[in-house]
Amino acid sequence: MEKIPILRMGDFLLVTIQVDMHDRLAMTLQEDLTNRISETGARGVLIDISSLEIVDSFIGRMLGNIAAMSRVLDAQTVVVGMQPAVAITLVELGMSLQGVRTALNVDAGMEALRESVDGQRAM
Amino acid sequence: MSRTLQNSDAARLAEVITSHEAPILEDWIKEMSGTTRRVDLIKDTELRTQCTQFLRLLRQGTESANLDMDSAAWKPIREFLGDISRSRAREGFTPTETATFVFSVKKPLFTILRERLGTDANALASELWTATELIDALGLYTAEVYLTTRTDIIRRQQEEMLELSTPVVKLWNGILALPIIGTLDSERTQVVMEVLLEAIVKTNSKVAIIDITGVPTVDTLVAQHLLKTVTAARLMGADCIISGVRPQIAQTIVHLGINLLDVTTKATLSDAFALALQRTGISLDSNTAKAKGA
Repeated sequence: MEKIPILRMGDFLLVTIQVDMHDRLAMTLQEDLTNRISETGARGVLIDISSLEIVDSFIGRMLGNIAAMSRVLDAQTVVVGMQPAVAITLVELGMSLQGVRTALNVDAGMEALRESVDGQRAM
Repeated sequence: MSRTLQNSDAARLAEVITSHEAPILEDWIKEMSGTTRRVDLIKDTELRTQCTQFLRLLRQGTESANLDMDSAAWKPIREFLGDISRSRAREGFTPTETATFVFSVKKPLFTILRERLGTDANALASELWTATELIDALGLYTAEVYLTTRTDIIRRQQEEMLELSTPVVKLWNGILALPIIGTLDSERTQVVMEVLLEAIVKTNSKVAIIDITGVPTVDTLVAQHLLKTVTAARLMGADCIISGVRPQIAQTIVHLGINLLDVTTKATLSDAFALALQRTGISLDSNTAKAKGA
């Protein structure tokens, strides 16, 4: 069965979606990712969807769910590199992904994650 | 446009047009020059050619003795009138002037018919009726083509305006501005949204300022469109600031109960720009500001 690789980078987990997401793949990702977060004690998750060109309401909801689950497991989620067409589609579907952090690219996303983790540590 | 008129009337009409073509033509042109002739827009010779052509095609149509306007016999004259109507719509004739080109043939035609059938009231009445219906149908067709042409022109201009009206301006590294001028409808919002999002990706901008100083009114629909754009930009990882909110618009927004709490709004573009600089972590001290501003 195909799987989306989850890479570990220090405190963070890196997920790059490079194939068209179908429902089962999204479910698998959700499961794998939550497992990996609890195994590694990661503080942040970065999901790069810059190659994703097609979304539907299910995938949109999955993104929201993954972010919410990570938060419960004490990890921040940043979604980066959303394509304009994808953003327009999600908005037209009425999904604004409230509570999901976004960034323009992996660079900006990493920076955002570091800032929020450092901020938490400082407290 | 199916017509079940007496074929003998049509045949007689064809015969009258054939035998009296020259006087009808003269009277017709004289008639037009008295009423709706536009000396500034059309030359004498051109008008005469058009009239001659029209009479010839009208004769061909009536000769077929088939009074169904959609039939093949009437195709040439419909095409001919379509061409005339289209060119006149572009040249600036009014609809009345365009339709009267056809309608004004009635008077000379009826005069000849009366001369021919003067004593036979029944025949005259039925002949006139046939001719009227024929010419009316042709005139209405002309008006219809005129209107279609104008609608096409308006639509094309709208499309052109749509393309012209959405410039995305780069204010600073990582800061974009989108001044919107004119009313926002669904179609335009779509274009604005696409243009802005593409620009965000291309310039890697963190902040986008949407300036609505040039938007005359904001109703619930416009506000919804704005919110959609802001949300889409946020999904891509860019912050959106709405600037140029005039006092009346602020009042309208609150009266309509539109929730803009999730969106940063500023009164002027300069305020929004200052905030954008702050968010992107750029600071200007007074010396460099002077140098850049000068």
